[in-house]
Amino acid sequence: MSRRARIVVVLPALAGLAALLAWSFTGLPGFGSFRGPYGILLNRVATPERHMTNVVNATTYDYRSFDTMGEEFILFAAVIGIVLLLREDDRDRRAEDRVRSEMVRSGGGLTVGIGVLVGLWVVAFGFVTPGGGFQGGVAVASAVLLLFAAVGYRAWSTLGNETVLDPIEGLGAGGYVAVGLAALASGLPFLTNVLGPGIAGTLWSGGSAAFVNWSAGIEVAAAMLLLYAEFLEAHAVPVMRGAS
Amino acid sequence: MSFLPYAVAGWICLVGLYGVVTSRNLVHLAVCLTVTQSSTYVLLLAVGYVRGGGPPIFKGVKLGTSAVDPVVQALSLTDIVVSVTVLALILALALDVSRHAGTVDPAEIAGMHG
Repeated sequence: MSRRARIVVVLPALAGLAALLAWSFTGLPGFGSFRGPYGILLNRVATPERHMTNVVNATTYDYRSFDTMGEEFILFAAVIGIVLLLREDDRDRRAEDRVRSEMVRSGGGLTVGIGVLVGLWVVAFGFVTPGGGFQGGVAVASAVLLLFAAVGYRAWSTLGNETVLDPIEGLGAGGYVAVGLAALASGLPFLTNVLGPGIAGTLWSGGSAAFVNWSAGIEVAAAMLLLYAEFLEAHAVPVMRGAS
Repeated sequence: MSFLPYAVAGWICLVGLYGVVTSRNLVHLAVCLTVTQSSTYVLLLAVGYVRGGGPPIFKGVKLGTSAVDPVVQALSLTDIVVSVTVLALILALALDVSRHAGTVDPAEIAGMHG
């Protein structure tokens, strides 16, 4: 189908969809006046019941932790797919360390440590203040990626390779399920908190859901790093054929 | 004005779909798909907004204070991370296509295989 014909077909379809969307949106309660009973209930009960002050993460890693497990495995499957698709036959390429500036190398190297620390902090306080495994995991992964940007491919590839990252990703995905099974083993429903609610507003809040949070953090960080590693290996690294 | 945020979500969705249909490059197509998906975040967060409500974080805040809906935020936050990985998977597929077919134009790929 030509590009022009495609546009002729799609415009009426999009107009129809726009009309349907407009119809359904005007049927929604006005902006700011929706009162979802589930959300209101969670805002009331999450802190007294589960001793978590961040209700978003109480929802993600406790009340609806089974859903989050599904999301985690989408992540896991997508990363496996990428690793398989980008697998190269040609493994003996040499990458050049391209960062020459001493300032960038040392300053950037320092930033990696600070970034990782901030990421871990975001994961750790997930049940207290804004943060949690997903956000913190991405922050940790981005900080480690700075190794490539600031120091060079060789420094990055000591960490950013499948041998290191695969077991870590497995630990994240497996840990999540293991916490769920621990609840089953003690006679409770899957992923129920088995360690007691802890003290609200401190790092020791959330009980075993804290381990769920950490598993998600580890899984997300490792998955993102595997992603970066695969794409960097496939493209950012120049093939040094015959170069001295 | 009270429906404007929903209209923004609808617009992002439609623009993204238009991009997907008319795209001449698989990388561009993948980005358009992500734009379409992002409209769900705007819609979810707009639906969950409560006028005058604070964030659903009760550290140092009296319980029962009006706060926005935490459920839609939980949905969006996991989905953002997952959508990035799915985008990466699509881009990996696009790389594979370009390696085997020598082009990233969806129309040309269809033509080559009859």
